Amino acid sequence: MAGSTTTLDGAAAGTTPRRRNNYARRYWWFVVPCGAVVLGTIVFPWIFTLYMSLHDYKIGGGQEWVGFANYGKLVSDERFLLSILRTLYFTALAVIVPMVLGLLAALAFHRKFPLRGLARTIFILPMMATPVAVALVWTMMFHPQLGVLNWLLQQVGLPPSMWVYAPDTVIPTLVMVEVWHWTPLVMLILLGGLASLPIDPYEAAKIDGATPFQAFWHITLPLLAPFLVVALIIRTIDALKAFDTIYVITQGGPGTASETINIFLYLQAFAYYNLGYASAVVVVFFTIIIMLAMVLLWTRARVKDA
Amino acid sequence: MRKIKRIAGNIGFGFGVVMLVAPAITVFLWMLSLSLKNELDNTDYPPVFIPNPPIIDNFVQVFERNNFLKYAINSIIVSFTATGLAILLGVPAGYGIAKMKATKAAVVILIARITPGLSYLIPLFLLFQWIGLTGTLAPIVITHLVITVPIVVWIMMGFFEGLPAELEEAALVDGATIWQAFRHVAMPLAKPGITVATILAFIFSWNNFIFAMVLAGRETRTLPVAVNNMLTFEQISWGPLSAAALLVTAPVLLLTLLAQKQIVEGLTAGGVKGG
Repeated sequence: MAGSTTTLDGAAAGTTPRRRNNYARRYWWFVVPCGAVVLGTIVFPWIFTLYMSLHDYKIGGGQEWVGFANYGKLVSDERFLLSILRTLYFTALAVIVPMVLGLLAALAFHRKFPLRGLARTIFILPMMATPVAVALVWTMMFHPQLGVLNWLLQQVGLPPSMWVYAPDTVIPTLVMVEVWHWTPLVMLILLGGLASLPIDPYEAAKIDGATPFQAFWHITLPLLAPFLVVALIIRTIDALKAFDTIYVITQGGPGTASETINIFLYLQAFAYYNLGYASAVVVVFFTIIIMLAMVLLWTRARVKDA
Repeated sequence: MRKIKRIAGNIGFGFGVVMLVAPAITVFLWMLSLSLKNELDNTDYPPVFIPNPPIIDNFVQVFERNNFLKYAINSIIVSFTATGLAILLGVPAGYGIAKMKATKAAVVILIARITPGLSYLIPLFLLFQWIGLTGTLAPIVITHLVITVPIVVWIMMGFFEGLPAELEEAALVDGATIWQAFRHVAMPLAKPGITVATILAFIFSWNNFIFAMVLAGRETRTLPVAVNNMLTFEQISWGPLSAAALLVTAPVLLLTLLAQKQIVEGLTAGGVKGG
């Protein structure tokens, strides 16, 4: 460890390693207060959740060690398993669509055009807006009889939709809100990527007579790949974690048609107060997120090597 | 011929940009429209788009019928305290991590970014019950630190890493302590970073819903929770609901318009997002 540096070492090897050690240690006190808060509010909950997931824990009912019984129950809980499938369905859509639209938007905002600054600011407003407020307005727009969206569909000659009020349209509809909400973040990450690309390859391509599409396909996309992967990772994690808009708009309904893992978790913990069981859900959910993040990070490493 | 092609291309591009931007702005405009019309117009079909004449009754109702002002004050206290504490703790921490090159500390911050907000709530909920903090704003402020601290540390860490070390080293050679070098040399240079961190931490704390929803009692609700409760109890009164929603989100929208450059900078760098 750091403290094991002896005077002998210092004398023999010159003072550099030891001095660097001390140099680093002098900065501990900058980190300690913040570290304490992080331990209390972030690390403690992680550990305590693991502990709780091994207990039958009900508010007012005390706790009882049950080993892995909560996990055993989860594996056979059809409602939980379905919530995983719904989450994956929601996540797949809520990743692909914002990635495509975000890339298009980033390419558009990378070009110079009049009022670009204003257009970009408006474009990122959704992601800064309060999710609950936005969810409320969407809820009103989804109203099957009085909502403005069905009126719009009627104007372009399409049949009205039940939006969030029918089991088979509820998840795509919620994805639409999520796309509206978070495409700007994808756009910003990719826009930052585009700004960092070198100009030379494009000039060379132009001289060689490449079409804009060829330049995009053979130069922009490969160079942008690391940023695409970063955006993909962030979007995947956020889509898995989506809660606010789903909860405000449907609370998991109709029935359990939009009950994702996060909603299931919320209901178990704070509607039914099965805290031990809910903790097991947290652990499984967290594992799923970490696993997906690892796969994507591994992809990122491969992209970087290539 | 070539000129015509270019003009056509530009028109197509302009149309594309409008299609990208239109959904973003129309939702907010519709929110505004709903909040300025009476119930009759709001539930009319086909919809009435332009309030004629615009009325402010909905806004008056929001303040009269609900404890809106109290919840607004709660929100202000929570977001300001959580952001202030995060800056106080997180700026030195970001500096320390950057100086020590402590990449492992950064991993903790990353995992915190990945963890769903809900999962912090079960243990903290019990903890607050044991130490008897329920019914005050303290639990809400403390849980909001889960959002604000990682944002500030993450942004400041990156910012301090990017600063040239020469100036501080010169100060140290001249006999300044490391605290003085931080306080009087590094921190003034890092002001733009601190601004970005403050704005983003504040916005994501202000917008947060889940922590207060679980932890707040009747007296300690924040605005997003209060507005969600209005939805549950007043299904059909769209005017007051939209007015309330608009009031809740207006401060962050204004802040975004005013500080869009800093916000874009901060978000591009880190892909930060709260909750």
